[in-house]
Amino acid sequence: MLELIQVSKHYGDTAALALTNLRIPEGETLVLIGPSGCGKSTLLRLIAGLIQPDSGTITLEGMTLTPDNILTARQRMGYVIQDGGLFPHLNIRDNVTVMACYLRRESAWIDARLAELAQLVRLPSDLMHRYPSELSGGQRQRVSLMRALMLDPEVLLLDEPLGALDPMIRYELQRELRGIFARLGKTVVMVTHDIAEAAFFGHTLVLMRDGHIIQTGTFKSLARTPAEAFVEQFINAQRDPMEQLARVLK
Amino acid sequence: MITWRTRVTAWVLVFCFSPLPAIAAGESPATITVGSKSFTESVIIGEMLVHMIRQTGHEARHRRQLGGTRVLWNALVSGEIDAYPEYTGTLIQEILVRENLQTDAQLKRALAARGLRMTAPLGFNNTYAIGMKDKLAGRLGIRTISDLRNHPDLVFGFGNEFMDRADGWPGLQRRYQLPQSHVTGLDHDLAYRGIESGSLQVTDLYATDAEIAYYNLRVLEDDLDYFPVYNAVILYRADLQQRVPELVALFNRLAGRIDAHIMSRMNAQVKLDGQSEAAVAAGFLEDTLQLDIDLQQQNVWQRLWRNTMAHLVLVAISLGAAILVSVPLGILAARRPRLGQIILGVAGLIQTIPSLALFVFMIPLLGIGGPPAIVALFLYSLLPIIRNTYAGLKDIPPPIVESARALGLPSRARLRIVELPLATRAILAGIKTSAVINVGTATLSALIGAGGYGQPILTGIRLDDIGLIMQGAVPAALLALLVQGLFELIERYLLPRDLGRSEAGLRLIG
Repeated sequence: MLELIQVSKHYGDTAALALTNLRIPEGETLVLIGPSGCGKSTLLRLIAGLIQPDSGTITLEGMTLTPDNILTARQRMGYVIQDGGLFPHLNIRDNVTVMACYLRRESAWIDARLAELAQLVRLPSDLMHRYPSELSGGQRQRVSLMRALMLDPEVLLLDEPLGALDPMIRYELQRELRGIFARLGKTVVMVTHDIAEAAFFGHTLVLMRDGHIIQTGTFKSLARTPAEAFVEQFINAQRDPMEQLARVLK
Repeated sequence: MITWRTRVTAWVLVFCFSPLPAIAAGESPATITVGSKSFTESVIIGEMLVHMIRQTGHEARHRRQLGGTRVLWNALVSGEIDAYPEYTGTLIQEILVRENLQTDAQLKRALAARGLRMTAPLGFNNTYAIGMKDKLAGRLGIRTISDLRNHPDLVFGFGNEFMDRADGWPGLQRRYQLPQSHVTGLDHDLAYRGIESGSLQVTDLYATDAEIAYYNLRVLEDDLDYFPVYNAVILYRADLQQRVPELVALFNRLAGRIDAHIMSRMNAQVKLDGQSEAAVAAGFLEDTLQLDIDLQQQNVWQRLWRNTMAHLVLVAISLGAAILVSVPLGILAARRPRLGQIILGVAGLIQTIPSLALFVFMIPLLGIGGPPAIVALFLYSLLPIIRNTYAGLKDIPPPIVESARALGLPSRARLRIVELPLATRAILAGIKTSAVINVGTATLSALIGAGGYGQPILTGIRLDDIGLIMQGAVPAALLALLVQGLFELIERYLLPRDLGRSEAGLRLIG
């Protein structure tokens, strides 16, 4: 279980994240959603320890994260960003195994794990010696996911993992990713600005604006009983274009 | 697996396989070092001293044509050289001018107070002089400057400096009451041609100029003692008397043996006939002092080899040290922004010091020769590497740095596995820039006695010999290209396929 207690983060006078409490039960997929600059990425980066909170504590399975234990804590969290963040000078195999090699895991274990993950994300094993620039965007995100899963972390943190992909690939990967999450049973925290994607992935949606959590719940509860007008606007803003299109086609 | 560590080792080895011990070993106590100024006459006498040292069975070393009287004087006082040819006028009027010395006896006392001695005058007085065609002087019966008073129609042409100096023509005219009205200022070399063509008849000279013999000029006697005396002497450390008394005895045998005519003929043999200073010096010692000189002449290739080795040592040590220091400084600058500003600022400041000045600044700290040159070159090589390391690290896209952090890699591992490899191209570009600057600037090291390709360039400038200048300039340019090529190879080996098309650099983690 991942828990944020009274966590806040400010940049100068602006609150990137106002005082926030959040519990993410084990095995659940939680989606952070909201417009740009709402604080959803800040929240994710706080969990990963990439930035330090001004106040409050973050605990992972009861362990409070501190600058001293964050390096080991990160081994228990897989992290995927929008464009993959793959190291351009390392081939796919090295990109995925970099941390395991650093920790001096046995090479037999590394090889087995690599093959297992390639199968999981459906990446042909002959790509392992290519370089990131020689792969397609979708393939790069699969590699990025492999890298995040390499040490079998308890938590998976994804910051707009599909944001840079074209719609067809994105559609395909969404389905695969959801299948993978279901199979692995990991705690997943995912950031997106796409309400349909959020509804597709999330058990729980957390809608944010200006550093505040506006409403937490399933997509259904957000749509049926919006906490305030903004929730309704946010959902409708992304639904309208499709409905207008449908009307034109009739 | 080729690890990053073996790769770093390979880098370091490239620089450490240089002939480092050559400098570190230094000289055995039996070596005696002489110096000379950067003009032919001084080098010839310096070579005489070298021959004499060898006569006594000691090793001799000649720091040829050092850049300036002060450099030689300080080197002698500090014991880096044991002797050099000097002029009494220079000592009295320039180096010891504050002591207001009047006589040679006073000068000797002032030298003794500094642990120095000088021989009796060698016999020539290399002062300003007035000269004219020997044939014309003979016909007109002119022997002294005073005799010029009787020939008001003679055309005078003086070097521009002599025209303007208070102790030049204006003072000369007043002292001797010279009536001539046809007086022009012109370039010193053109004055000789004017004399030869007959368009002017009288000019100023240095008393031992090679051209005096070449153009058959008569040096007119300064019968009213207008010009200060610049008697040539050998200046040496007093302790040489205890260390090698027989050498001091040999030095003293030179006293009174070189008159202006002989000196000017020897200058001509070097400057006009193209003989080596060593050969001319040996010829003189054999003829005059009946010494049996074993002339150890080096041919062009031996000289080239020696200069190449000296140059390589300067470049390899200074550049190698600069890389070892600059890359960590660049990393520090990238990681600590405020400290980085200071580091880049100081390195930039060093770069603005004119190179010649930087070399000379090093002399009080480290003396003359290799060490000060290496430190100066080292300082010059810092900025390009520091700045490129800094820029290379700063230019890595933030998502990549963030991904490395999110994996849980500690700071040093991130640097080794991700950041330095991605900055390699920039760092190598900085090293290449430094290498080219270093090889070029190292030619200036000859001015402070460090040898290298600068030596033939300096001599070539002194003797106006383009061929000699090329013997230094061409290999220096080739060496610069070679060093750059070497780093191109290293770059190809270090950069992985995606960044540089090489199959080798795939395994950085292992």
